[in-house]
Amino acid sequence: MLKGRSLIEPMDLSIEELDEILDLADEIIKNPADYSEVCKGKILATLFYEPSTRTRLSFESAMLRLGGGIMGFSSAESSSAAKGESVADTIRTISCYADIAAMRHPKEGAPKVASLSTDMPVINAGDGGHQHPTQTLTDLLTIKSLKGRLKNFTIGLCGDLKFGRTVHSLIKALSRYENIRFILISPDELRVPEYIREEILVKNNIEFKEVERLESVMEELDVLYMTRVQKERFFNEADYVRLKDSYILNMEKLEKAKSDMIILHPLPRVNEISVEVDKDERACYFKQTKYGVYVRMALLMKLLGVEK
Amino acid sequence: MLNIDSVEKGLVIDHIEAGKAMEIYKYLNLDKMDCSVAIIKNAKSKKMGKKDIIKVEDNINMDLKVLGFIDPTITINVIDNCSIIKKINLELPDEVENVVNCKNPRCITSIEQEITHKFKLTDKNNKVYRCVYCDTAYEQN
Repeated sequence: MLKGRSLIEPMDLSIEELDEILDLADEIIKNPADYSEVCKGKILATLFYEPSTRTRLSFESAMLRLGGGIMGFSSAESSSAAKGESVADTIRTISCYADIAAMRHPKEGAPKVASLSTDMPVINAGDGGHQHPTQTLTDLLTIKSLKGRLKNFTIGLCGDLKFGRTVHSLIKALSRYENIRFILISPDELRVPEYIREEILVKNNIEFKEVERLESVMEELDVLYMTRVQKERFFNEADYVRLKDSYILNMEKLEKAKSDMIILHPLPRVNEISVEVDKDERACYFKQTKYGVYVRMALLMKLLGVEK
Repeated sequence: MLNIDSVEKGLVIDHIEAGKAMEIYKYLNLDKMDCSVAIIKNAKSKKMGKKDIIKVEDNINMDLKVLGFIDPTITINVIDNCSIIKKINLELPDEVENVVNCKNPRCITSIEQEITHKFKLTDKNNKVYRCVYCDTAYEQN
Protein backbone atom coordinates (compact mmCIF):
# COMPACT_ATOMS: atom_id res chain seq x y z
CA MET A 1 0.00 0.00 0.00
CA LEU A 2 1.60 3.23 -1.13
CA LYS A 3 -1.05 5.62 0.18
CA GLY A 4 0.29 7.94 2.88
CA ARG A 5 3.88 6.76 2.47
CA SER A 6 6.96 8.87 1.85
CA LEU A 7 9.57 8.20 -0.80
CA ILE A 8 13.06 8.94 0.47
CA GLU A 9 15.16 6.47 -1.46
CA PRO A 10 14.40 3.96 -4.23
CA MET A 11 14.78 1.03 -1.84
CA ASP A 12 11.73 2.30 0.07
CA LEU A 13 9.75 0.71 -2.76
CA SER A 14 9.48 -3.02 -3.36
CA ILE A 15 9.81 -4.26 -6.93
CA GLU A 16 6.03 -4.78 -6.98
CA GLU A 17 5.43 -1.20 -5.82
CA LEU A 18 7.88 0.12 -8.40
CA ASP A 19 6.05 -1.83 -11.09
CA GLU A 20 2.73 -0.51 -9.82
CA ILE A 21 3.97 3.06 -10.30
CA LEU A 22 5.53 2.34 -13.70
CA ASP A 23 2.36 0.59 -14.89
CA LEU A 24 0.20 3.53 -13.82
CA ALA A 25 2.61 5.92 -15.60
CA ASP A 26 2.20 3.81 -18.69
CA GLU A 27 -1.58 4.13 -18.46
CA ILE A 28 -1.29 7.90 -18.02
CA ILE A 29 0.92 8.14 -21.12
CA LYS A 30 -1.76 6.31 -23.14
CA ASN A 31 -4.74 8.33 -21.85
CA PRO A 32 -3.60 11.53 -20.13
CA ALA A 33 -7.05 13.13 -20.39
CA ASP A 34 -8.50 10.46 -18.10
CA TYR A 35 -6.30 11.73 -15.27
CA SER A 36 -6.66 15.48 -15.66
CA GLU A 37 -8.98 15.91 -12.66
CA VAL A 38 -7.99 13.10 -10.30
CA CYS A 39 -6.09 15.37 -7.86
CA LYS A 40 -8.63 18.18 -7.82
CA GLY A 41 -8.58 19.76 -4.36
CA LYS A 42 -5.15 18.36 -3.48
CA ILE A 43 -2.12 20.57 -2.95
CA LEU A 44 1.53 19.75 -3.59
CA ALA A 45 4.14 21.80 -1.70
CA THR A 46 7.48 22.06 -3.48
CA LEU A 47 10.06 22.85 -0.81
CA PHE A 48 13.27 23.62 -2.63
CA TYR A 49 16.11 24.74 -0.35
CA GLU A 50 18.45 24.89 -3.33
CA PRO A 51 17.61 25.85 -6.87
CA SER A 52 16.49 23.21 -9.34
CA THR A 53 14.14 24.61 -11.89
CA ARG A 54 13.87 21.35 -13.77
CA THR A 55 12.87 19.00 -10.98
CA ARG A 56 10.59 21.55 -9.34
CA LEU A 57 8.80 22.33 -12.58
CA SER A 58 8.48 18.65 -13.38
CA PHE A 59 6.73 18.07 -10.03
CA GLU A 60 4.55 21.14 -10.51
CA SER A 61 3.68 20.16 -14.07
CA ALA A 62 2.76 16.68 -12.84
CA MET A 63 0.41 18.02 -10.17
CA LEU A 64 -1.17 20.58 -12.50
CA ARG A 65 -1.77 17.88 -15.12
CA LEU A 66 -3.62 15.89 -12.45
CA GLY A 67 -5.84 18.88 -11.68
CA GLY A 68 -4.24 19.66 -8.30
CA GLY A 69 -2.77 22.86 -6.88
CA ILE A 70 0.82 23.81 -6.11
CA MET A 71 2.65 26.06 -3.66
CA GLY A 72 6.16 26.33 -2.27
CA PHE A 73 9.50 28.06 -2.36
CA SER A 74 12.46 27.71 -4.66
CA SER A 75 15.42 28.72 -2.50
CA ALA A 76 16.35 28.63 1.17
CA GLU A 77 16.53 32.44 1.19
CA SER A 78 12.84 32.72 0.40
CA SER A 79 11.84 30.23 3.12
CA SER A 80 11.88 30.46 6.90
CA ALA A 81 15.08 28.39 6.86
CA ALA A 82 16.74 31.78 6.36
CA LYS A 83 15.45 32.64 9.85
CA GLY A 84 16.93 29.45 11.21
CA GLU A 85 13.82 27.25 11.28
CA SER A 86 14.49 23.51 11.42
CA VAL A 87 13.40 21.14 8.67
CA ALA A 88 11.15 19.35 11.17
CA ASP A 89 9.32 22.55 12.13
CA THR A 90 8.98 23.64 8.50
CA ILE A 91 7.39 20.35 7.46
CA ARG A 92 5.02 20.33 10.44
CA THR A 93 3.82 23.78 9.36
CA ILE A 94 3.58 22.93 5.68
CA SER A 95 1.56 19.80 6.47
CA CYS A 96 -1.21 22.15 7.65
CA TYR A 97 -1.28 23.75 4.20
CA ALA A 98 -0.64 20.91 1.78
CA ASP A 99 -1.43 17.23 1.20
CA ILE A 100 1.98 16.13 -0.07
CA ALA A 101 5.45 17.67 -0.30
CA ALA A 102 8.45 17.34 -2.57
CA MET A 103 11.66 18.47 -0.88
CA ARG A 104 15.08 19.29 -2.25
CA HIS A 105 17.77 20.15 0.26
CA PRO A 106 21.55 20.59 0.02
CA LYS A 107 22.07 18.51 3.16
CA GLU A 108 21.91 14.73 2.92
CA GLY A 109 19.06 13.17 4.86
CA ALA A 110 16.97 16.35 5.21
CA PRO A 111 13.90 14.84 3.47
CA LYS A 112 14.22 11.80 5.73
CA VAL A 113 14.16 14.06 8.79
CA ALA A 114 11.09 15.76 7.30
CA SER A 115 9.31 12.44 6.68
CA LEU A 116 9.91 11.40 10.29
CA SER A 117 8.32 14.61 11.53
CA THR A 118 4.94 14.44 9.75
CA ASP A 119 2.23 12.05 8.60
CA MET A 120 2.06 13.85 5.26
CA PRO A 121 3.85 12.01 2.42
CA VAL A 122 7.25 13.55 1.68
CA ILE A 123 9.07 12.92 -1.57
CA ASN A 124 12.83 13.34 -1.68
CA ALA A 125 13.48 15.56 -4.69
CA GLY A 126 17.25 15.33 -4.18
CA ASP A 127 19.30 15.63 -0.99
CA GLY A 128 22.87 16.83 -1.54
CA GLY A 129 24.97 14.17 -3.23
CA HIS A 130 22.90 11.40 -1.71
CA GLN A 131 19.62 10.20 -3.30
CA HIS A 132 17.20 11.34 -5.98
CA PRO A 133 14.50 8.66 -6.18
CA THR A 134 12.14 10.38 -8.62
CA GLN A 135 14.96 10.72 -11.12
CA THR A 136 15.40 6.98 -10.67
CA LEU A 137 11.71 6.37 -11.34
CA THR A 138 12.10 8.54 -14.44
CA ASP A 139 15.11 6.51 -15.56
CA LEU A 140 13.35 3.20 -14.95
CA LEU A 141 10.24 4.30 -16.86
CA THR A 142 12.39 5.57 -19.73
CA ILE A 143 14.39 2.34 -20.00
CA LYS A 144 11.28 0.18 -19.65
CA SER A 145 9.39 2.17 -22.27
CA LEU A 146 12.22 2.47 -24.78
CA LYS A 147 13.91 -0.92 -24.35
CA GLY A 148 10.68 -2.78 -23.54
CA ARG A 149 12.17 -4.46 -20.46
CA LEU A 150 13.86 -3.92 -17.13
CA LYS A 151 16.11 -6.97 -17.27
CA ASN A 152 18.85 -8.54 -19.39
CA PHE A 153 20.89 -5.54 -20.44
CA THR A 154 24.25 -3.86 -19.94
CA ILE A 155 24.19 -0.30 -18.67
CA GLY A 156 27.19 2.01 -18.72
CA LEU A 157 27.18 4.83 -16.18
CA CYS A 158 29.62 7.54 -17.15
CA GLY A 159 31.06 10.67 -15.55
CA ASP A 160 30.76 11.76 -11.95
CA LEU A 161 29.85 8.52 -10.20
CA LYS A 162 31.08 9.71 -6.82
CA PHE A 163 28.85 12.71 -6.20
CA GLY A 164 26.20 11.91 -8.82
CA ARG A 165 23.23 10.99 -6.70
CA THR A 166 21.13 9.93 -9.69
CA VAL A 167 23.70 7.25 -10.38
CA HIS A 168 23.63 5.94 -6.80
CA SER A 169 19.86 5.73 -6.77
CA LEU A 170 19.72 4.10 -10.20
CA ILE A 171 22.29 1.43 -9.30
CA LYS A 172 20.37 0.60 -6.12
CA ALA A 173 17.09 0.28 -7.99
CA LEU A 174 18.42 -1.68 -10.97
CA SER A 175 20.37 -4.04 -8.71
CA ARG A 176 17.08 -5.73 -7.87
CA TYR A 177 16.21 -6.60 -11.44
CA GLU A 178 17.33 -9.71 -13.27
CA ASN A 179 20.56 -9.99 -15.20
CA ILE A 180 21.65 -6.38 -15.39
CA ARG A 181 25.34 -5.78 -15.90
CA PHE A 182 26.94 -2.54 -14.83
CA ILE A 183 29.91 -0.81 -16.40
CA LEU A 184 31.07 2.10 -14.29
CA ILE A 185 33.01 4.62 -16.35
CA SER A 186 34.74 7.39 -14.42
CA PRO A 187 38.08 8.91 -13.55
CA ASP A 188 39.62 7.34 -10.47
CA GLU A 189 38.77 10.42 -8.38
CA LEU A 190 35.07 10.12 -9.19
CA ARG A 191 34.45 6.36 -8.76
CA VAL A 192 31.21 5.20 -7.10
CA PRO A 193 31.34 5.37 -3.29
CA GLU A 194 32.54 2.26 -1.53
CA TYR A 195 29.11 1.58 0.02
CA ILE A 196 27.47 1.29 -3.40
CA ARG A 197 30.24 -0.97 -4.68
CA GLU A 198 30.50 -3.20 -1.61
CA GLU A 199 27.02 -3.30 -0.17
CA ILE A 200 24.97 -3.23 -3.37
CA LEU A 201 27.05 -4.72 -6.18
CA VAL A 202 29.51 -7.06 -4.47
CA LYS A 203 27.10 -8.19 -1.75
CA ASN A 204 24.39 -9.10 -4.27
CA ASN A 205 26.82 -10.79 -6.61
CA ILE A 206 26.02 -8.42 -9.47
CA GLU A 207 28.31 -8.38 -12.47
CA PHE A 208 30.11 -5.05 -12.83
CA LYS A 209 33.38 -3.55 -13.90
CA GLU A 210 35.01 -0.18 -13.45
CA VAL A 211 36.83 1.42 -16.36
CA GLU A 212 38.34 4.82 -17.06
CA ARG A 213 37.66 5.16 -20.78
CA LEU A 214 34.22 5.34 -22.39
CA GLU A 215 35.50 4.25 -25.83
CA SER A 216 36.81 0.97 -24.45
CA VAL A 217 33.34 -0.31 -23.55
CA MET A 218 31.02 1.52 -25.96
CA GLU A 219 30.19 -1.55 -28.07
CA GLU A 220 29.05 -3.52 -25.00
CA LEU A 221 26.35 -1.09 -23.93
CA ASP A 222 22.58 -1.30 -24.32
CA VAL A 223 22.04 1.81 -22.23
CA LEU A 224 24.52 4.66 -21.77
CA TYR A 225 23.79 6.90 -18.83
CA MET A 226 25.80 10.12 -18.99
CA THR A 227 26.18 12.46 -16.02
CA ARG A 228 27.43 15.96 -15.51
CA VAL A 229 30.52 16.69 -13.49
CA GLN A 230 28.88 19.16 -11.11
CA LYS A 231 30.87 22.11 -9.96
CA GLU A 232 28.91 22.47 -6.69
CA ARG A 233 29.95 18.98 -5.55
CA PHE A 234 33.64 19.85 -5.54
CA PHE A 235 35.45 21.34 -2.61
CA ASN A 236 38.03 22.94 -4.86
CA GLU A 237 37.92 24.66 -8.21
CA ALA A 238 41.16 23.18 -9.53
CA ASP A 239 39.84 19.60 -9.29
CA TYR A 240 36.67 20.61 -11.12
CA VAL A 241 38.51 22.27 -13.98
CA ARG A 242 40.89 19.33 -14.32
CA LEU A 243 38.12 16.71 -14.53
CA LYS A 244 35.10 18.35 -16.13
CA ASP A 245 36.00 17.62 -19.73
CA SER A 246 37.21 14.08 -19.19
CA TYR A 247 34.10 12.40 -20.44
CA ILE A 248 32.45 14.02 -23.40
CA LEU A 249 30.19 12.01 -25.71
CA ASN A 250 30.42 12.92 -29.40
CA MET A 251 29.56 11.27 -32.73
CA GLU A 252 33.06 9.88 -33.07
CA LYS A 253 32.79 7.98 -29.78
CA LEU A 254 29.29 6.81 -30.78
CA GLU A 255 30.53 5.09 -33.93
CA LYS A 256 31.24 1.88 -32.06
CA ALA A 257 27.91 1.86 -30.20
CA LYS A 258 25.05 -0.54 -30.90
CA SER A 259 22.39 0.85 -33.22
CA ASP A 260 19.66 0.35 -30.62
CA MET A 261 21.61 1.67 -27.65
CA ILE A 262 19.82 4.47 -25.80
CA ILE A 263 21.61 7.50 -24.37
CA LEU A 264 20.18 8.93 -21.18
CA HIS A 265 21.16 11.93 -19.09
CA PRO A 266 19.43 13.40 -16.00
CA LEU A 267 19.98 16.92 -17.46
CA PRO A 268 20.93 19.70 -17.40
CA ARG A 269 23.99 18.94 -19.46
CA VAL A 270 26.91 21.28 -19.81
CA ASN A 271 29.17 19.88 -22.48
CA GLU A 272 29.38 16.18 -21.66
CA ILE A 273 27.14 15.37 -24.64
CA SER A 274 27.97 17.30 -27.79
CA VAL A 275 25.00 19.02 -29.38
CA GLU A 276 25.65 17.04 -32.60
CA VAL A 277 24.55 13.89 -30.74
CA ASP A 278 21.04 15.33 -30.19
CA LYS A 279 20.07 14.51 -33.79
CA ASP A 280 21.04 10.83 -33.40
CA GLU A 281 18.03 8.61 -32.78
CA ARG A 282 19.83 7.00 -29.87
CA ALA A 283 19.74 10.31 -27.98
CA CYS A 284 16.77 9.87 -25.62
CA TYR A 285 17.45 12.44 -22.88
CA PHE A 286 14.68 14.82 -23.87
CA LYS A 287 12.17 11.98 -24.04
CA GLN A 288 13.44 11.06 -20.59
CA THR A 289 12.40 14.48 -19.29
CA LYS A 290 8.88 13.90 -20.56
CA TYR A 291 8.75 10.48 -18.88
CA GLY A 292 9.77 12.30 -15.69
CA VAL A 293 6.48 14.18 -15.62
CA TYR A 294 4.41 11.04 -16.22
CA VAL A 295 6.16 9.04 -13.54
CA ARG A 296 5.76 11.88 -11.02
CA MET A 297 2.05 12.00 -11.88
CA ALA A 298 1.82 8.28 -11.13
CA LEU A 299 3.80 8.68 -7.90
CA LEU A 300 1.69 11.59 -6.64
CA MET A 301 -1.48 9.59 -7.32
CA LYS A 302 -0.17 6.52 -5.52
CA LEU A 303 1.11 8.37 -2.43
CA LEU A 304 -2.08 10.42 -2.20
CA GLY A 305 -4.15 7.30 -2.74
CA VAL A 306 -6.26 8.78 -5.52
CA GLU A 307 -7.60 6.74 -8.39
CA LYS A 308 -9.07 7.42 -11.78
CA MET B 1 46.93 -4.89 43.35
CA LEU B 2 44.39 -2.31 44.37
CA ASN B 3 41.48 -3.81 46.28
CA ILE B 4 37.90 -2.74 45.71
CA ASP B 5 35.07 -4.22 47.73
CA SER B 6 33.19 -6.93 45.89
CA VAL B 7 29.73 -6.13 44.63
CA GLU B 8 26.89 -7.62 46.60
CA LYS B 9 24.19 -6.92 44.06
CA GLY B 10 24.83 -5.22 40.74
CA LEU B 11 26.99 -5.49 37.64
CA VAL B 12 30.61 -6.07 36.85
CA ILE B 13 31.56 -4.84 33.41
CA ASP B 14 34.80 -6.64 32.68
CA HIS B 15 37.40 -6.90 29.92
CA ILE B 16 37.11 -3.27 28.93
CA GLU B 17 40.05 -2.21 26.81
CA ALA B 18 42.51 -0.41 29.10
CA GLY B 19 41.79 3.30 29.14
CA LYS B 20 38.23 3.02 27.83
CA ALA B 21 36.40 2.84 31.16
CA MET B 22 35.56 6.52 31.31
CA GLU B 23 34.11 6.35 27.82
CA ILE B 24 31.85 3.47 28.87
CA TYR B 25 30.97 5.38 32.05
CA LYS B 26 29.77 8.22 29.89
CA TYR B 27 27.87 6.08 27.36
CA LEU B 28 25.97 4.31 30.14
CA ASN B 29 25.09 7.64 31.74
CA LEU B 30 26.54 6.43 35.02
CA ASP B 31 27.39 10.00 35.93
CA LYS B 32 23.67 10.70 36.17
CA MET B 33 22.89 7.71 38.38
CA ASP B 34 22.79 7.66 42.12
CA CYS B 35 24.36 4.22 42.65
CA SER B 36 27.92 3.42 43.76
CA VAL B 37 30.29 2.95 40.87
CA ALA B 38 33.91 1.80 40.98
CA ILE B 39 36.16 2.33 38.01
CA ILE B 40 39.30 0.24 37.95
CA LYS B 41 41.92 1.30 35.45
CA ASN B 42 44.76 -0.83 34.12
CA ALA B 43 43.94 -3.95 36.11
CA LYS B 44 46.16 -6.94 35.33
CA SER B 45 44.62 -9.36 32.85
CA LYS B 46 45.96 -12.71 31.65
CA LYS B 47 44.00 -12.36 28.43
CA MET B 48 44.55 -8.68 27.70
CA GLY B 49 47.68 -7.70 29.62
CA LYS B 50 45.80 -4.88 31.23
CA LYS B 51 42.15 -3.96 31.23
CA ASP B 52 39.58 -1.67 32.80
CA ILE B 53 36.69 -2.84 34.96
CA ILE B 54 33.54 -1.02 36.07
CA LYS B 55 31.59 -2.22 39.08
CA VAL B 56 28.08 -0.90 39.54
CA GLU B 57 26.18 -1.43 42.79
CA ASP B 58 22.41 -2.00 42.64
CA ASN B 59 21.37 -0.49 39.36
CA ILE B 60 21.02 -3.21 36.78
CA ASN B 61 18.24 -1.65 34.74
CA MET B 62 20.30 0.14 32.19
CA ASP B 63 20.61 -0.16 28.45
CA LEU B 64 23.69 -2.29 27.94
CA LYS B 65 23.14 -2.85 24.20
CA VAL B 66 25.29 0.14 23.43
CA LEU B 67 28.32 -1.73 24.81
CA GLY B 68 28.01 -4.21 21.96
CA PHE B 69 28.53 -1.29 19.59
CA ILE B 70 31.48 0.14 21.51
CA ASP B 71 33.29 -3.17 22.11
CA PRO B 72 31.55 -6.55 21.79
CA THR B 73 34.40 -8.31 23.65
CA ILE B 74 33.37 -6.67 26.93
CA THR B 75 31.84 -9.16 29.38
CA ILE B 76 29.10 -8.37 31.84
CA ASN B 77 28.41 -10.33 35.01
CA VAL B 78 25.18 -9.84 36.92
CA ILE B 79 25.85 -10.22 40.64
CA ASP B 80 23.44 -11.09 43.42
CA ASN B 81 24.39 -12.14 46.92
CA CYS B 82 28.04 -11.66 46.01
CA SER B 83 27.96 -14.32 43.29
CA ILE B 84 27.52 -14.27 39.53
CA ILE B 85 23.95 -15.21 38.65
CA LYS B 86 24.09 -14.39 34.94
CA LYS B 87 26.59 -13.55 32.25
CA ILE B 88 25.35 -11.21 29.53
CA ASN B 89 26.78 -11.82 26.09
CA LEU B 90 27.00 -8.70 24.02
CA GLU B 91 25.90 -8.59 20.43
CA LEU B 92 26.11 -5.86 17.86
CA PRO B 93 22.92 -3.82 18.36
CA ASP B 94 20.78 -3.25 15.25
CA GLU B 95 20.90 0.49 15.85
CA VAL B 96 22.41 3.03 18.19
CA GLU B 97 20.98 6.42 19.04
CA ASN B 98 22.90 9.47 20.23
CA VAL B 99 26.00 7.44 21.00
CA VAL B 100 28.18 8.75 18.22
CA ASN B 101 27.74 11.61 15.78
CA CYS B 102 27.78 11.50 12.00
CA LYS B 103 30.98 13.06 10.70
CA ASN B 104 29.77 13.73 7.16
CA PRO B 105 29.86 17.53 6.73
CA ARG B 106 27.06 17.22 4.17
CA CYS B 107 24.70 15.38 6.56
CA ILE B 108 21.64 17.24 7.85
CA THR B 109 22.76 16.39 11.40
CA SER B 110 25.78 18.66 10.86
CA ILE B 111 23.57 21.77 10.82
CA GLU B 112 20.55 20.82 12.92
CA GLN B 113 21.70 20.09 16.45
CA GLU B 114 18.49 18.66 17.88
CA ILE B 115 18.24 15.72 15.45
CA THR B 116 18.82 12.28 16.99
CA HIS B 117 22.08 10.83 15.69
CA LYS B 118 21.09 7.35 14.62
CA PHE B 119 23.20 4.59 13.07
CA LYS B 120 21.98 1.25 11.74
CA LEU B 121 23.96 -1.97 11.41
CA THR B 122 24.18 -2.64 7.67
CA ASP B 123 26.95 -5.25 7.54
CA LYS B 124 27.23 -7.53 10.56
CA ASN B 125 30.36 -9.38 9.41
CA ASN B 126 32.38 -6.22 8.96
CA LYS B 127 30.66 -4.32 11.79
CA VAL B 128 29.54 -1.49 9.52
CA TYR B 129 27.13 1.07 10.94
CA ARG B 130 25.66 3.74 8.68
CA CYS B 131 23.98 7.03 9.46
CA VAL B 132 20.26 6.57 8.80
CA TYR B 133 20.07 10.00 7.16
CA CYS B 134 23.06 10.10 4.80
CA ASP B 135 24.35 6.47 4.70
CA THR B 136 27.87 7.50 5.74
CA ALA B 137 29.68 4.69 7.55
CA TYR B 138 30.75 5.34 11.13
CA GLU B 139 34.49 4.97 11.52
CA GLN B 140 35.88 4.17 14.91
CA ASN B 141 39.10 5.95 15.77
